[in-house]
Amino acid sequence: MELTINGTKHQVDIEPDTPLLWVLRDELAMTGTKYGCGLAQCGACTVLVDGQATRSCVTPVESVAGADIMTIEAVADDPVGQKVVEAWVANQVAQCGYCQSGQVMAATALLKQTPKPTDEDIAGAMVNLCRCGTYNAIAAAVRDAAQA
Amino acid sequence: MNDMTPINPEVQASYNGKPFKVSRRGFLGASLGALVLGVTLPAARTRALAAAPASVSPGSRVAAFLEIRPDSTVLFRSAFIEGGQGIFTAMAQIVGEELDVDPANFVVEGAPPGPDYLLTGGGRFTGGSMSVRMSYDTMRKLGASARQMLLQAAATKLGVPASELSTEPGRVVHATSGRTVAYGEIADDAAKLPLPADVALRDRANFRWIGKPFARLDARDKSTGKAKYSIDQTIDGMLYAAVQHSPRLGGEPEALQNEADVQGMPGVHSIHRLPGAVAVVANSWWRARRAVEALQVNWTEAPSTASHPMPADFSSDAHMAKLKATSGDGVAFETEGDAAGTLAGAARVIEAVYDAPYLVHGQLEPPSALARWNEDGSLELWIPNQAPEMFQADAAKVAGIAPEKVIIHSPMLGGFFGRHFLYQTANPYPQAILLAKAVGRPIKLLWSREEEFLRDALRPMAAVRFRGGLDASGMPVALSAVAVGEGPTGRWFGRQPNKVDSSAVEGIAGKVYAIPNRRVGQIHVDDPAIIGFWRSVGHSMNDFFYETFFDEMADAGQQDPYELRLRLLAGSPRHKTLLEAVADLSGGWKRGPFAAEDGTRRARGVAMASPFGSEVATIAEVSLRDGEIAVHDVWVAIDPGSIVNPAIIEAQMNSAVALGLSSALLEEVVYVNGVPQARNYDGYQILTPDRMPRVHVRIVESGAPMGGIGEPGLPGVPPAVANALSVLAGERVRSLPMSKFDLKEVDG
Ligand code: FES
Ligand code: FES
Repeated sequence: MELTINGTKHQVDIEPDTPLLWVLRDELAMTGTKYGCGLAQCGACTVLVDGQATRSCVTPVESVAGADIMTIEAVADDPVGQKVVEAWVANQVAQCGYCQSGQVMAATALLKQTPKPTDEDIAGAMVNLCRCGTYNAIAAAVRDAAQA
Repeated sequence: MNDMTPINPEVQASYNGKPFKVSRRGFLGASLGALVLGVTLPAARTRALAAAPASVSPGSRVAAFLEIRPDSTVLFRSAFIEGGQGIFTAMAQIVGEELDVDPANFVVEGAPPGPDYLLTGGGRFTGGSMSVRMSYDTMRKLGASARQMLLQAAATKLGVPASELSTEPGRVVHATSGRTVAYGEIADDAAKLPLPADVALRDRANFRWIGKPFARLDARDKSTGKAKYSIDQTIDGMLYAAVQHSPRLGGEPEALQNEADVQGMPGVHSIHRLPGAVAVVANSWWRARRAVEALQVNWTEAPSTASHPMPADFSSDAHMAKLKATSGDGVAFETEGDAAGTLAGAARVIEAVYDAPYLVHGQLEPPSALARWNEDGSLELWIPNQAPEMFQADAAKVAGIAPEKVIIHSPMLGGFFGRHFLYQTANPYPQAILLAKAVGRPIKLLWSREEEFLRDALRPMAAVRFRGGLDASGMPVALSAVAVGEGPTGRWFGRQPNKVDSSAVEGIAGKVYAIPNRRVGQIHVDDPAIIGFWRSVGHSMNDFFYETFFDEMADAGQQDPYELRLRLLAGSPRHKTLLEAVADLSGGWKRGPFAAEDGTRRARGVAMASPFGSEVATIAEVSLRDGEIAVHDVWVAIDPGSIVNPAIIEAQMNSAVALGLSSALLEEVVYVNGVPQARNYDGYQILTPDRMPRVHVRIVESGAPMGGIGEPGLPGVPPAVANALSVLAGERVRSLPMSKFDLKEVDG
């Protein structure tokens, strides 16, 4: 099957119900997208599928064949993603950093759809878990990215 | 200094099941010395350490820590592992300050095992909030020594006395002639010089980086997915492995009912029986996991020889009941005055029993291990760990080889909070070692979240019985506390009968209030679970117990809990100052209940703690919304004596508030019939963003000896919240998590 990831086409030969996460990580060596729970609980595996924040650990790869998939590896090439990354660095959001790929992707999806989010929009979209408790910094960084 | 021979190992991929050949070819000859290694590769480090002098004074050999590269950037090997606490950045600030290199020009990585890095009281681990405070002076000296050597080398090169030279960040300057030499140009010559015997350290008043909110070195990589954790490591030719553990520890795999079917599943390479587990090796982790979970395994009952077998009828409820029913005063740990006598004659005595549940660490990166046997018989491991030498020694035992043949790589940790100490049944690397041996290929083993929640080493369960005696004026005059349970230090480092494990009582003992008659005792009760260190260890629950009971005493004596604390700290200026600082930060102490601007009814609670060499005072503001506890603001004043990076401290306080609140409100591992009921975050809730309070931090530098940062922010949070909640609810909170209380009837 053919996947379009970060604008590049990849042929993968794999069971169609394999979660996208493991295709990215193990077949395509794109390890920026993280595994935390495998159960759509934590959001560490968040990627964009046609611009929508999507938890790749529960997304069968066949369901996204033909879709436009964007991962953290390409986030800085995207104008909105670039703003998010800069805001993340400026706000010194990351602690252990493990959840942050997913957080940055969730923020990028939010700002693509809602460039000027309210605090409620931010609370509604930024629901990924962070065990290091960077939640306040995340919210501040999203607000900054929206201003940038 | 010249004991680091540059080596360029070429790792040959092997796809045919043969061990990997590591060819070692020296390169570039003598023109590159230890300080200018352009590439750092594991084999080079191993060789360097093998060549280390027999008796090394930890932290003294510049070459073991520092490589100044031709472009004058610095590769620094940290004795401490980065897992979110910011230690790599702090190390760059400390060493950079003395070396005179902008910390931004540092690249920091975790050091391999070796005698140079034993900076934690003669051993080495990243924990106990010790990294900076244990190594601060040594690392400053190290940076200053390297600078001294660079000055000396520059003197020779320029043909001027060293006394005429000074440095600017990254270069030596000869002011009279206006000449400069970049560090990278003279690093080679400097490397050949002996270590200076004595070096002067920079005056604190002239610090440029220490004490400043320097940006974290890893911020960008962690915002763009480039940071590499253990889970992200790959090597050529590796296969993936997944495991299914015995549901109860101690059980061994017997019959595999559907082995042939599973062997035929896509990508499956082989099926293995391991101690206490079965494993599938496959060509992707997802296939391995799917296959291993399809295996229908008969598990034996634990043999009587098993250590810590999980009883089939074990339940956390029953164990808690047992702890609470265990009577007696236990072994005394802290005694002051005559608690029993004073209690007997007190005007009023109050009693309460407190308890806290098991917790998992819940770090977001599940444990993994990548293992490779090399052709020379050495074993190479990439593993999350907080103590490389201890893991090396244990891995050597598992592998049946000498410790020096085990090469440990310690990648960045995706959170740890105490998870990655050596807990024999809780680490995946022994399985990876055995599997790599069995299949003759490198193995990357990853535990699913479900296996992680089954085998994590838990924060122990505990119960504490308090008795407080008040005099006629309502002042506490006696306190007796008996902690019942087991502490992790005793479990893992040996427990002496009739001696109290301090990790079981810290936070009940060592309190700062001037209550004249005190006794803190402990009754040891074996914990059937595998227990471990959880961020702030005993303090994580004991300060909750104590500080909340303190408010009970205040209420019984009809005193305001903040004012009573102040009174009992009258003779302790450091603590009094800190308590006043947090009150000031919060706009002045008010307990409530009071109406907030949004119409909610709110209250505040206060707590103090003295964890890991630092002092902390915490205030929390709480309301109730439809029976749910909402924590709006948490104010934290911390006095760590002196500091390295205020921005990282503030981040760590946010982190500690989040984890402390998570444990206070939500977290609890429940065992029924010997198995944990939750195996993922759906059943084990952790703090979500909507529950995160605003966090306000004030740092007080009293100049006392430097204390820890990573853990101290946590212990005050549960009691501050509980004390506030008690005001709103009109009843005391004596058991965690608070989510189990029915607060629907309480007027929000
Ligand atoms: S790994 Fe996908 S949501 Fe947790
Ligand atoms: S930064 Fe560690 S889990 Fe979010």
